[in-house]
Amino acid sequence: MTVTVYVPRDAAALSVGAEEVAVAITREAAKRGEQIRLVRNGSRGLLWLEPLVEVATSAGRIAYGPVTPEDIPGLFDAELLRGGAHALHLGPTEEIPYLKRQERLTFARVGVTDPISTADYEAHGGWRGLRNALALSGAEIVEAMVQSGLRGRGGAAFPAGIKWRTVLNTAGEIKYVVCNADEGDSGTFSDRMIMEGDPFVLIEGMTISAIAVGAKSGYVYLRSEYPDAERTFEAAISAAQRAGYLGDDILGSGRAFHLELRRGAGAYICGEETAMLESLEGKRGMVRFKPPLPAIEGLFGKPTVINNVITFASVPIILDKGAKYYADYGMGRSRGTLPFQLAGNIKHGGLVEKAFGITLRELLYDYGGGSASGRPIRAVQVGGPLGAYLPESQFDTPLDYEAFAAIGGMVGHGGVVVFDDTVDMAQMARYAMEFCAIESCGKCTPCRIGSTRGVEVIDRMRQGERREANIELLRDLCETMLHGSLCALGGMTPFPVRSALEHFPEDFGVPRKAAKAA
Amino acid sequence: MKGEAMTGGSSHSAHDEVAAEEAIALHAARPGGLLPLLHAIQDRLGYVPPWVLPRVAEALNISRAEVHGMVTFYHDFRTSPAGRHVVKLCRAEACQSMGADALARHAENRLRTQFHHTSADGITLEPVYCLGDCACSPAMMIDGRLYGRVTPERFDHLLKSMEKP
Repeated sequence: MTVTVYVPRDAAALSVGAEEVAVAITREAAKRGEQIRLVRNGSRGLLWLEPLVEVATSAGRIAYGPVTPEDIPGLFDAELLRGGAHALHLGPTEEIPYLKRQERLTFARVGVTDPISTADYEAHGGWRGLRNALALSGAEIVEAMVQSGLRGRGGAAFPAGIKWRTVLNTAGEIKYVVCNADEGDSGTFSDRMIMEGDPFVLIEGMTISAIAVGAKSGYVYLRSEYPDAERTFEAAISAAQRAGYLGDDILGSGRAFHLELRRGAGAYICGEETAMLESLEGKRGMVRFKPPLPAIEGLFGKPTVINNVITFASVPIILDKGAKYYADYGMGRSRGTLPFQLAGNIKHGGLVEKAFGITLRELLYDYGGGSASGRPIRAVQVGGPLGAYLPESQFDTPLDYEAFAAIGGMVGHGGVVVFDDTVDMAQMARYAMEFCAIESCGKCTPCRIGSTRGVEVIDRMRQGERREANIELLRDLCETMLHGSLCALGGMTPFPVRSALEHFPEDFGVPRKAAKAA
Repeated sequence: MKGEAMTGGSSHSAHDEVAAEEAIALHAARPGGLLPLLHAIQDRLGYVPPWVLPRVAEALNISRAEVHGMVTFYHDFRTSPAGRHVVKLCRAEACQSMGADALARHAENRLRTQFHHTSADGITLEPVYCLGDCACSPAMMIDGRLYGRVTPERFDHLLKSMEKP
């Protein structure tokens, strides 16, 4: 009997040897005359257990991990193909507490299906949202999106339905749907996991958006640092075209939607939506002034829906199960779920999709299991390089857009980067300024010059030069950048800097009292 | 031939010429085609040589300065060839929290070169700001292949295995 074995093709799994494990399994099975069907799935997101191998048995899928090629003969001896006992045996995958306690809506299929099989996607609930959408008017789709409460998952958290409505109501023969897959924030990888693990959910979400607003073509702007995602997503586009989910006549509806992948070129600023549009137009990624909003004058001057990968990937379930189903998750004005990413110095790093409202402490300890080093967690950066550094006293804050804004932080794209007590927060503040200097597009002065001056001021403080005066100067500089920058890069770099100074002044050689007073 | 290319002069092989013209022909007419065009040139030639800029400008009917601006704005594009291998080490926050700075110093010592430079034996070392492998930090990429949980020992091991035929 042929046994199905799953070995992820996710880049994180590949980075720790999944390819070698897949080769070793194939070789060992052939040697022993065992019939196997090897499926290269996405990752379940339990990244500390990668490479995670699963075997389909009569008792469901059984997990083993982390597996090395050297483990394979022993695993076969232990009846791997029948789910046999072994030191790496983790039991039924779905029963692993880390996974079992999640609320996987957007990530429902990631790690479960063969990412580039349209049939497997359909067998697991795919394309239902699209079929429903094809029977609705654009206004009805937009209304469902508004009712779902889905807000942009890229960081800015603008209500997706409102944005779509603007594009729908803007007259124009040509409109575009653009997906921002320039996932440049350190500590984030959920976009990548979707594109490698369930690319059709993104294709379906973008197609629904196109049908809603009346667009016939779309682009996915993918960062060049993700070559594995590029390969998988290109394969998915081709498969969707062949099966009639993309092209001139989607599912016989007479509606057309063409999707194209464009590769970025290593510029962080192209994650800013207007810089991304410039880049897609074949120009340098310089931030545009707003207004006009991209929804009115976007790509090539046409009305354009721009959403991030996770936003689009959350659309199919809303059109499938209804706006209320989605909106019933979450708290306050943060509806639905967010795929959080536990990263950095964390014992159990990975992807945790939960409804908004979970606290940072639950994520860090109940899921993350504390730091990887075993030392106390001292600081956590939520929301990428432009997010605030949070001390232990703020770990009980619920992950909710408004609650985080209230403490000067941001949920952003849901990335959580953990640092233990060996971290030098003055160095992290310096890095924030340095990163801004490296990645600034150069259009506005506070960002272009301010970031370089910020590095210099922090260097002087660290050398002990006129510390109190330099604190004041740094705060003043942060104010200027905050209010005077054109986009979030210059405008939000002050968040990590100021939070580091406020919560960890001793790292700058400043007594707590002096830092507060300045 | 390699020596000629290194000088950045106008001499280049017929093969490179054909490859560049092919890339231009493929992408010049696409909407917003300049970015994919430059990628196509770099994918084929390993870098974007100065002699292609006027040709690209002419094909797209834009100024040479605009093409030059694109090449210099985006971190990915090289104006001279890289070494035999390209090692990209992540320097961003998640990797820093797991010792990326120490790994970076180790890499510089081991390769006897600095970031943005190529070692005597032809290995180019570059910083990169996030490879999306943040739960398996520190991460790096060698010739487009991703590696996670990179300790200094694993770095040395990977470097050695790279040199095997």
